[in-house]
Amino acid sequence: MEGLTLSEAEQRYFCDLFSYCDTESTKKAASNGRVLELFRATKLPNDVVKKIMELCGATRLGYFGRSQFYIALKLVAMAQSGLPLRMESLNSVKDLPLPRFVVSKNEQESRHTALYSSDADNPASYSGVIPPPPPGRMQVKKGSVSHDTVQQRTSTDQQESTSPVVSPQQSPPTSPHTWRKHNRHPSGGNNERPLAGPGPFWAPFSEVQPGSSTSSDPIWSGHSPPPHQENWVSFADTPPTSALLAMHPASVQDQTTVRTVASATTANEIRRQSSSYDDPWKITDEQRQYYVNQFKTIQPDLNGFIPGSAAKEFFTKSKLPILELSHIWELSDFDKDGALTLDEFCAAFHLVVARKNGYDLPEKLPESLMPKLIDLEDSTEVGEQTGEVGYSGSPAEAPPSKSPSMPSLNQTWPELNQNSEQWETFSERSSSSQTLTQFDSNIAPADPDTAIVHPVPIRMTPSKIHMQEMELKRTGSDHANPTSPLLVKPSDLPEENKMSSSVKFTAGNTVNGYSSSDSYTSDPEQIGNAVTRQRSHSGTSPDNTAPPPPPPRPHASHSRSSSLDMNRSFSVTPGQQQAGVVAYPPAVPPRPQPSQGTGPHVHRSVDADGLIAHTSTSPQQIPEQPNFADFSQFEAFAASGVNKEEEDEIETHSEVLQVEKPSDSASSLRVAKADGRVEDKAPANVPSSAGKGTTPLAPPPKPIRRRLKSEDELRPEAEEHTQKTGVIAAVLASQPSIPRSVGKDKKAIQASIRRNKETNTVLARLNSELQQQLKDVLEERISLEVQLEQLRPFSHL
Amino acid sequence: MVLLPREQLCSRGAAAWGGALLGTEMVNQLWQQQCDSFCSQNYPLYIRSVPTENELKFHYTVHTSLDVVDEKISAMGKALVDQRELYLGLLYPTEDYKVYGYVTNSKVKFVMVVDSSNTALRDNEIRSMFRKLHNSYTDIMCNPFYNPGDRIHSRAFDTMVNSMMMQVC
Repeated sequence: MEGLTLSEAEQRYFCDLFSYCDTESTKKAASNGRVLELFRATKLPNDVVKKIMELCGATRLGYFGRSQFYIALKLVAMAQSGLPLRMESLNSVKDLPLPRFVVSKNEQESRHTALYSSDADNPASYSGVIPPPPPGRMQVKKGSVSHDTVQQRTSTDQQESTSPVVSPQQSPPTSPHTWRKHNRHPSGGNNERPLAGPGPFWAPFSEVQPGSSTSSDPIWSGHSPPPHQENWVSFADTPPTSALLAMHPASVQDQTTVRTVASATTANEIRRQSSSYDDPWKITDEQRQYYVNQFKTIQPDLNGFIPGSAAKEFFTKSKLPILELSHIWELSDFDKDGALTLDEFCAAFHLVVARKNGYDLPEKLPESLMPKLIDLEDSTEVGEQTGEVGYSGSPAEAPPSKSPSMPSLNQTWPELNQNSEQWETFSERSSSSQTLTQFDSNIAPADPDTAIVHPVPIRMTPSKIHMQEMELKRTGSDHANPTSPLLVKPSDLPEENKMSSSVKFTAGNTVNGYSSSDSYTSDPEQIGNAVTRQRSHSGTSPDNTAPPPPPPRPHASHSRSSSLDMNRSFSVTPGQQQAGVVAYPPAVPPRPQPSQGTGPHVHRSVDADGLIAHTSTSPQQIPEQPNFADFSQFEAFAASGVNKEEEDEIETHSEVLQVEKPSDSASSLRVAKADGRVEDKAPANVPSSAGKGTTPLAPPPKPIRRRLKSEDELRPEAEEHTQKTGVIAAVLASQPSIPRSVGKDKKAIQASIRRNKETNTVLARLNSELQQQLKDVLEERISLEVQLEQLRPFSHL
Repeated sequence: MVLLPREQLCSRGAAAWGGALLGTEMVNQLWQQQCDSFCSQNYPLYIRSVPTENELKFHYTVHTSLDVVDEKISAMGKALVDQRELYLGLLYPTEDYKVYGYVTNSKVKFVMVVDSSNTALRDNEIRSMFRKLHNSYTDIMCNPFYNPGDRIHSRAFDTMVNSMMMQVC
């Protein structure tokens, strides 16, 4: 020491500070890290600190010996007092206030300053020394700024910028522990301190960035705590561990857990710059930069992952309980892939830091820590619980996010893809509405392909689900599906049980499905998502290309005919019995109504055949029409042999249908009559248009007609039918050449094929449902039997 | 729900429990469920009951059902273990409740006891519940801080199980 004379207060103060900095207990040199932090706390400009360091000789020596340290402190005091830094003035300055170190710690520091400030004019203008791991808290009266202080501060500041990188290796493991203990110590007496809670203390905890330490000054300025020597001493013995700890002086006092962080402590120190006191979960730039640097130490590639094992080792160093680390991992591993992206890592790191500072871990990841958010400067939500929302939203927002978020985004996608598999499995079962709801919320935004949701209802067929899902995936990007008619609005997406919808399908869908199946070929897109999709519609045809424009939606009355022609023809001649007027619609093979294995199905097919074949003829009214009901006529006509002719003309598909019809015609017709579907189709059918109905059915005339006559619905119009049949035959004969083009034939064939497939899927699904019901019933039976046996003994009592 | 992962229910323990449980009161009308997760050594990793009365009885039931699970597993033998076979289905119905089982590829067993009065629960729903359990369990395994064989303390898992049981009850 070059003859440095210190006052008694200074002597004690400096000695304590040196002890604080002397982390290695060498009694010779102060830990560079601590000193740097201390200097940082002085809030001196970097250059001043640098100069102080040079002057005291530490730069030359490379370390802070006791003398150098004392000189530096004095210089800091001088600098803080505004005096020029001169070595010769070290001893000449009288009544130099003690160097002031900004600390966000509690009033203990203020007390310390008071303790060592023997001057009367040392009001509570102490600036809290930010207790980063820097040793001791030196507080200097505001009025007196010494060179030492200035130099110290400058050096501190200067070093501070590098401390984020340096500190990790320098923080003493025990510092957090001791510091915390110390903080708890005076907590009782620091009541006057505006300890409003963790939040406000973020503010006091100003970043120890050069020149930004003033925020904490006002806090300390108001203090003139009585010197508590013991507190200060204890404090000195327990050097603050981390800047982050300093940030939460109140929380530190309140907290009871003492955590010791090894290397992470220094990291915590760096993290003290959590300036956003209104949102403890916000990550400041400095913090983020530090996190990124730490990430790089583990994973040089910022877009890469940190494997779970490496992350585990890293965070274990923070000395947090495994349980809490596990919870932090759960919160931060957004995509549940066992690895951390940069964003996830930052979130986890931030949570660790917060936890170490006394913040309780949230139940859900705060919004500000969601991977999708890169810089949350504008995040204003405090601990917002937006778990699911954030999750669902993140994928959507991922693309616009910066590159660092891309890894997380990329990760989310695999996760979402995994979810898609889960979705597929979901679709296999009849999930409850609640499940469906969740399912939708996760799915909808996840897949960008399905962002433009085509909630096209698909036929609910177990076997078809996967196929449709595959189609969905294939056509995921195909937003050009002009299936506008069938584009079910998202509102239509029901969360309806698959079973119920399937039932609906079988019952009533045949009508709808019939019509829609022709028109709407591919709605596979929504299958994956559409566990909830209303499967009432039939998206049978796996036509993933732009689906052909759906034929005009059949109105309610005309459900069966899926063909445009039928609609047109029917609409044109709703009541026409005569033939010829109706323009011959494109030959559409009679749709094989989704066979329900019952008559109605056949009935429908019959109708369809009739319709199709008979489009050209007025008599062949739309099935909905009264004529429709007159299957008897139809069949009679068929029996008459006219059918044969029609069949020949009709496409092969219809022939197939006709084959079915003869077999089932009788029963089917009857059933069909009773079938509500028929009623649905054509209220008009019910009436006595039995006679008329035959004509439409004439093309595939069925011998049923005769039988139908016996039906109630049959009208004594058989004669009419016969007449009509004759007319029909004539008409048909006259129109053998329905202006069918080859293309139409093919189209009809394809349509018929589709219908057949549709039917198959419907049957398959029905089968599976029935089997499921059988299983359930068997289970119930078992349980009932058991109960019966138990009750049996009692019956004798 | 008490999911009893019965992996190795000690016979001695079972006997002791059996005696105690026989004296318990009748099962109340509330739907009761129990979910247990057992690890490969048949010690429980996780147990949750709703409601919480008669919990011991359900614990006992779950443990005893472990035997049935083991039977089924051994019966499967060399059969490929696929998703379908992971679900063991109704292990056995008793007068008051039914027990369902599910085993993962790593021989972690899930056992679910459902009150018989809960007739609305269908097989598919049980399957879905087991699937959710399995998914949550895999999420837990992804956590590097979780050592396989530890008791499960995951809050996410708890939340999922609670919501599932509330949904059913």
